[in-house]
Amino acid sequence: MPDEKTVNENETGAAVPGGDSQGAPAPSETAKRAGRDLSHVAPEVGVAKPDAILTARGVQRRFGGMTAVDVDYLEVERGAITALIGPNGAGKTTFFNLLTGFDRPNQGEWSFEGAPISHKSAARVARAGMVRTFQLTKALSRLTVLENVLLAATKNPGERMFASMFQPLWAATEARNKEKALEILERFRLDKMRDEYAGSLSGGQRKLLEMARALMTDPTMIMLDEPMAGVNPALVQSLLGHIQDLRDEGMSVLFVEHDMHAVRHISDWVVVMAEGRIVAEGPPGSVMKDQAVVDAYLGAHHDTDLGDDALLDPEVLARLEAEEEKR
Amino acid sequence: MEELLRVLTLALGELLAPATAAYALAAIGLNVHFGYTGLLNVGQAGFMLLGAYGFGIATISGAPFWVALLIAMAAGTLFAVILGLPTLKLRGDYLAIVTISAAEIIRMLGRSTLFDDYTGGSAGIRGGDYKGSFQELSFLPDGRTMIGPLEYLNNGSDSWWTRLFAWSLVILALVVVWLLTRSPWGRVLKGVREDEDAVRALGKNVYSYKMQALILGGVLGSLAGIIFVLPGAIAPDAMGRTMTFWVWTVMLLGGAATLFGPVLGSMLFFFVYMIVRAGMRTDVMEFLPIPTQNVDHVAGVLVGVTLMLIVIFRPQGILGNKKELALDAR
Repeated sequence: MPDEKTVNENETGAAVPGGDSQGAPAPSETAKRAGRDLSHVAPEVGVAKPDAILTARGVQRRFGGMTAVDVDYLEVERGAITALIGPNGAGKTTFFNLLTGFDRPNQGEWSFEGAPISHKSAARVARAGMVRTFQLTKALSRLTVLENVLLAATKNPGERMFASMFQPLWAATEARNKEKALEILERFRLDKMRDEYAGSLSGGQRKLLEMARALMTDPTMIMLDEPMAGVNPALVQSLLGHIQDLRDEGMSVLFVEHDMHAVRHISDWVVVMAEGRIVAEGPPGSVMKDQAVVDAYLGAHHDTDLGDDALLDPEVLARLEAEEEKR
Repeated sequence: MEELLRVLTLALGELLAPATAAYALAAIGLNVHFGYTGLLNVGQAGFMLLGAYGFGIATISGAPFWVALLIAMAAGTLFAVILGLPTLKLRGDYLAIVTISAAEIIRMLGRSTLFDDYTGGSAGIRGGDYKGSFQELSFLPDGRTMIGPLEYLNNGSDSWWTRLFAWSLVILALVVVWLLTRSPWGRVLKGVREDEDAVRALGKNVYSYKMQALILGGVLGSLAGIIFVLPGAIAPDAMGRTMTFWVWTVMLLGGAATLFGPVLGSMLFFFVYMIVRAGMRTDVMEFLPIPTQNVDHVAGVLVGVTLMLIVIFRPQGILGNKKELALDAR
């Protein structure tokens, strides 16, 4: 069973689930461990990657007279964490929606794992192995946490209307799925909440649940739309750990993010968008120094500390939290 | 005292009445739409009327009972597909608008002189024209039977046989809905109810699931229409918007997304409705300033008020889960 294999890898590969008990590992270290070294790739817009999983060409989306997305060429590397950053209104989420089939482009095409998937429905994109989460988390409130994850399982014969009436046809699959779902929940530390309604979870837990749900589909690529939005700093660390774990298990990750320190610490490659176009791409260290990025994205505030590494230090974090409590 | 007993007997009779079963069945169908899938069908009466017409016209044309039943179900399916194809890709409100107008269109077409030969126009179809094949099916001996305070003919229009058949159908529908909703298929429906896009993002064909739910609930609605007209006649004006709203009241009263909610809701609704109507006509209630000929109207107003009170104070219905509801307010 490929399912079981994935789960076993999870157990052994992700020795520290969450990774929030000890500070986040240095990015270069994890990159090496995953064997994803993109340092020899030239930091140029539209550059070819050694092993691209997603290739987009000439993608345009216009709303009336405004061109929200105008991407000439982009390759996303397999098995790496690629961050898509840019100021508000840069078209990141629109581009994201296009890639995942939640919106239709005016023109352009893209392929995933060599097969064209532009103009396919969101469901078919997901079935092809590219699964997304949402900026505003979509927990299925009146389903339990476990049901949320079970729902994500693919190829369940019990999800066909007529077969569903005969339990013996799907009981075995369901039992297998349940086992896998519980392991995933355990990994995201939601196992104690399994029978609670998802609607009763906190914002951060919902983010984790959404990630758990995406993982349940056995994706080859996970698309995260602002995974850190509205999450407290302590959970940000845990989320970062989880995202790195996904990469270390061989999944490709593309995420939209505002949080600069998150981007800097975990991404292997950064793509910067502004006014619908890709203005720069490159490794996180160098791309932030790119003049185009400074102009378009960091603007006047580039001197202020956007990538506050100190926040990732548990001691600093504990102090900040203590100060917060005193108020 | 004797009069009160009579009122109580009448009300008890409502618990088992074919109309109660018909509303229960229609509400079970609506529950599949709204309770489990979140589809706003405001035209359940349209499905019922179409089922009644399908059954009646097929029988008059010479179809055997079971074939006529299948034709009614096919009519419900077709109606669901026609309504669903353009609207299920859109937001939920569109389905509501389309269903309410489509149900009215069915009724208007039925009562127009256009298809007079088939539908009998606004006069409808006399019960005697289509009941034969159903009543022949009865295996009950002729005569009358008294169970408790209730006494009916064994066979005939308003008979034990009609009740037996009607409630058997309700039980069958309950079993089917129970099997479906406890399954992974049912879980997808509930997922769609909570958030379509999230389910779509997990690779499910949401459109297809919504269509399946719309068809299932619609077919149950058309079967309910048959039950509704078996003891009487097919009168298009008796199956209009009011009927839809009563089905909603019945479902919300019992509790949406609960298995037995529609049945409990229907029984309670008609029990109380009869007590109110018959009760207001008794001497005991003579002090009320309501003339006898207005009793039905006042009762109708009370139904409306009840619907409002349920939605405001107990939106989860009688059997609904309070905890589940607390999440809804977010």
